[in-house]
Amino acid sequence: MATAVMTTLDPNSRSAARGMSDLTIRNLFIIPTIVFLIVFNIFPLIYSLGYSFTDFRASSPAAANFVGLQNYRELLNDPFIWSNFAITAKYVIVSVVGQVIVGFGVALLLNRDIPLKGLLTTLLLLPMMLSMAVVGLFWKLLYDPSFGIINYTLGLGSFEWLSNPDMALYAVAITDIWMWSPFVMLLSLAGLSAVPKHLYEAAAIDRAGSFYTFFRITLPLVAPILMIAVIFRTMEAFKTFDLAYILTSQPTTEVISIRLYKMAFQEWQTGRSCALAYIVLIMILAITNIYVKYLNKVKER
Amino acid sequence: MAAVTTSTERSLNKLAIVGVLIITMIFLAPIYWIASTAFKPRNLATTIPPTVVFQPEISPFVKLFTKRSQLRTAPTPEQYAAAPWWERLVFDGGEKVVRSGRGEVQWSGYPSRFMNSLIVAITSTVLAVGMGTFTAYGFSRFKVKGEQDLLFFILSTRMLPPVVVAIPMFLMYRVVGLNDTHWGLIILYTAFNLSFSVWLMKGFMDEIPKEYEEAALVDGYTRMEAFFKIVLPEAATGIAATAVFCFITAWNEYAFALIMTNRRAQTAPPFIPSQVGSGLPDWTVIAAGTFLFLLPVAIFTFLLRNHLLRGMSFGAIRK
Repeated sequence: MATAVMTTLDPNSRSAARGMSDLTIRNLFIIPTIVFLIVFNIFPLIYSLGYSFTDFRASSPAAANFVGLQNYRELLNDPFIWSNFAITAKYVIVSVVGQVIVGFGVALLLNRDIPLKGLLTTLLLLPMMLSMAVVGLFWKLLYDPSFGIINYTLGLGSFEWLSNPDMALYAVAITDIWMWSPFVMLLSLAGLSAVPKHLYEAAAIDRAGSFYTFFRITLPLVAPILMIAVIFRTMEAFKTFDLAYILTSQPTTEVISIRLYKMAFQEWQTGRSCALAYIVLIMILAITNIYVKYLNKVKER
Repeated sequence: MAAVTTSTERSLNKLAIVGVLIITMIFLAPIYWIASTAFKPRNLATTIPPTVVFQPEISPFVKLFTKRSQLRTAPTPEQYAAAPWWERLVFDGGEKVVRSGRGEVQWSGYPSRFMNSLIVAITSTVLAVGMGTFTAYGFSRFKVKGEQDLLFFILSTRMLPPVVVAIPMFLMYRVVGLNDTHWGLIILYTAFNLSFSVWLMKGFMDEIPKEYEEAALVDGYTRMEAFFKIVLPEAATGIAATAVFCFITAWNEYAFALIMTNRRAQTAPPFIPSQVGSGLPDWTVIAAGTFLFLLPVAIFTFLLRNHLLRGMSFGAIRK
């Protein structure tokens, strides 16, 4: 990849008479970053690709044995891994759908003549800037069955959230919705403010109902930006680790990142975990690809 | 929206205002609860019904910074009278401050973790923004073959799940002795933030008119001089916004820190949850630690408010 940068510059570009040539400066500015990322992101991945074909255990001094595709075969045939993926998928759907409904809903409310709109928007955006792990921890107190303010406010008595296997994943998703709806709101607001006002005026002249206006004007025009928010949040929810790991230790909340963490750093099945990491990686790259295509599409507008 | 004229529109607008206010209160409630718990006496932190009105005190912060142990017997009146005011707060809570043989107060683990967070976040931010600014300028001003592919490659490194990257990094760090060191985390956070910094800075660089440098070049500046004297000052706002974003990301990061550090270089995010442990945690102390940790980010969020959209969308959406 770095070689691509070495090619000659466009002859039309103005190069200074003194000092370094533009070509040198360009390479000096770009190549270190590319090299840094290759050394600290790509090289480790190549390193772990090698280990994914072995039975290496980082906790034992025994040398790694080459086992071919055995790790991949076993992982893909392991029903427990598939259940981790199923939990992750459920989590992604619940939390992303929740974030879109709440985030887009709040954006619609904010897209009016609201006094102190700027201040309220900034306050609403605060949760997403905070540390998931540290704030997530505090939700343990909020969810507490005996003295948590959530049960008290909602009058739920001593309802179990985090220690209830059926509820724990939803509790984690609710916290995630709280943190990240503001992100969907932020992007939706940008989309809404970009809708040309004359379209609404024209609709009003035609006596179009608000239902019609929303589905035929607002939604189609906001959709591309909303889509960016959805893909980005899907990607992040798929990778989720901090919140679920800190809030509960239920088997029903063991999303794929937590499984991977336990396999690598608690069970020390290093070789196997490298293989699982690769399976996860390929899925993430696929979503990233879609995401970047959308980013470029919106950028062109 | 169309001009608000009809009475239905007006009442709808009022409804929206009420709705927004209620939602804002719900969204801020957890943050308010953290802040208020940080100033509560311990016995009021977990009451039913929840305590909303109370006499604020700073004993949680004293306890946050000191190493304490349970009092077996109540302090004698002389001991109590001789103790400084902050130590009395700890006595009042049924605990005593642990002192060394020479009588020096022992610190808790919190201050060193907070310092580690500062060291790691600031250093990695300087590196990521520094490199990112140069690279962004390179991409913005010069023709680069396969520019789109390179930019995609740079962005994709950001999307990797932390645990996936952490496994090989942990093994490699073990070989070179970087586990549980500041530099180990700094390198990881720099790599993580670098892609973000390149993307965001490229947007800011693209907005600076090329003519500024061209004019400087005509005046006899070298390209380097033009970059440092013309472009960098113009990009100052962008650099500051990018730096704050990178700082917040590194400051908040949990998974890498959990895996790569355990004591010497441990940052606050893995440390604070480890204090909950088993039994009945003292939520006032946890709230105090959380409050101090969140404070810088809350301040930065207000400073950044006009750049949030741009930053969160990797520079793709500008207002």
